[in-house]
Amino acid sequence: MRSPDSTNGNRLLKTLAAMILLPAVVAGTALAQDAAAEGAAPLTAEKVMSQVGANGVDLDTVWVLLAAFLVFWMQAGFALVETGLTRAKNTVHICMKNLLDFCFASVMFYLVGFGLMFGAGNGFIGSSGFLLREAVADTFGSLSWSPVCLDAKFIFQLVFAGTAATIVSGAMAERTRFPAYLVYSIAITALIYPIAGHWSWGGGWLAGKGFFDFAGSTVVHSVGGWVALCGAFMVGARLGKYGPGGKVNAIPGHSFPLMILGVFILWLGWFGFNPGSTMAAVGQGAAIAHIAVTTNAAAATGTIGALLTAKLWFGKWDASMAGNGCLAGLVAITAPCAFVGINAALLIGLIGGILVVLSVVFIDQVLKIDDPVGAVSVHLTNGIWGTLSLGLFSDPVYGCTGPKPGLFYGGGLEQLIVQVIGVVAVGVWCVATGLVLFAIIKAVVGLRVTPEEELRGLDVDEHGMEGYPNFQLVKH
Amino acid sequence: MKKIEAIIKPYKLDDVKNALAQVGIQGLTITEVRGFGRQKGHTEHYRGAEYTIDFVPKLKIEVVVADAALDGVMDAIVRSARTGQIGDGKIFITDLDQAVRIRTGDTGDAAL
Repeated sequence: MRSPDSTNGNRLLKTLAAMILLPAVVAGTALAQDAAAEGAAPLTAEKVMSQVGANGVDLDTVWVLLAAFLVFWMQAGFALVETGLTRAKNTVHICMKNLLDFCFASVMFYLVGFGLMFGAGNGFIGSSGFLLREAVADTFGSLSWSPVCLDAKFIFQLVFAGTAATIVSGAMAERTRFPAYLVYSIAITALIYPIAGHWSWGGGWLAGKGFFDFAGSTVVHSVGGWVALCGAFMVGARLGKYGPGGKVNAIPGHSFPLMILGVFILWLGWFGFNPGSTMAAVGQGAAIAHIAVTTNAAAATGTIGALLTAKLWFGKWDASMAGNGCLAGLVAITAPCAFVGINAALLIGLIGGILVVLSVVFIDQVLKIDDPVGAVSVHLTNGIWGTLSLGLFSDPVYGCTGPKPGLFYGGGLEQLIVQVIGVVAVGVWCVATGLVLFAIIKAVVGLRVTPEEELRGLDVDEHGMEGYPNFQLVKH
Repeated sequence: MKKIEAIIKPYKLDDVKNALAQVGIQGLTITEVRGFGRQKGHTEHYRGAEYTIDFVPKLKIEVVVADAALDGVMDAIVRSARTGQIGDGKIFITDLDQAVRIRTGDTGDAAL
């Protein structure tokens, strides 16, 4: 017996079937017509597979581009974190540095950096592929594992170079001359970052030793962190940071909403930074999802670890430390994100959060190097920790084609030792080039504003405007 | 006429305003000010370093009253602004020579 309901049900099924099948039929006809027009054989399995393959590359490309755009957006996160953690009188100054360093990165990485990093060369440096020209055979063989086109590879790697560059502005904030910072931006994206990066990601000598850094705890973050340490050391502490007799004065930032908004933007951006570093989507779904989960786990426990450490140590729920802790967890998980399980990620983030608080106090009060936003503690300390953690927690279940099992997963010290070599080598390179770079800038361009300019704020003297005109500012 | 300047805790403003309205005060002026008394500011923590807030935010209320109203108004401010904690503020009173209502040209007590 047929009820009116079942008739309706059949109609619905037929409509659905038509909706699903019609485009397929049309596409199939189109392919058949193309084949007929070319006078070739009718539709074959080979043709279908080649179309499927092309569609797969398009999917890969969309994912790589989306991830690149997310990482680009991290520039906004850095701008807000650094603005929030510095004083209102230097708002324009810090925003402009964050804007301009990516502009110079875009030009310099295209002209020079990408070739030095990924172009064919020797184990130390790439020597081809400048201006994206494929001048020699297999110029960009170091990136041939990703199926996407060269432009997609370039913009994805460009936003990473921009990330390394922008780390330094926070550590040198509130007293560095604008032209000096522009020269620095050119040098790091043209030379310092790409050459160090070539060793690990460009098929260089560290990669040959079996060094692994999935998304750049060392390659990106510790490079920025080391150079930030050099810059903060060379430019000297802000006026009033250290009183007579070595007294350490706090110079609070002016906007916690901006800082926390910046942290959220960076957290979001990291879902491009780490999961996007598969540089492919087809067949990588499970890996991408796993990396997203480990990345998120470390961000969460990094925040918790830093906040609890600050509460136990200082007695207060320190918001700036919580924000730093989130970024610390993210930096730490960047190297091992694809090679460790979720439990390990939770632990790596937690330790990162604890480390960032210890590191901030150590740099601020023992080394007496003035880093207003904690950039060195976030990116260097945790860049090192994350890189080493890969040697501890690397689990063959996740990294079957990657690193050797870590110390806690039956692999002994083998991978850990390689990770240490990578950390030390990149550190030596960055400190040597960083110190020379800032010494040259100091001698030729001038590194630091005058004390009068610093006290008035860099906005008025360097940029001729205030960050918050019509607001009443209380100047420290 | 007397001019009363009262330094109070900022969050006590509503209480003081209501208390003054109840004793017949028709107008007053406030200013956001910062300063210290015997309390000598307070310390806060930022990224592991202690720092002192030397000048604590306060509100200054200025109100001008006829001589006869002075005691009642002082009493209203003291009652409404007091928490019993350190930092409740102070009241200063000065003689005032003249007051003028700009719209009408009224002077003296008539201008208040």
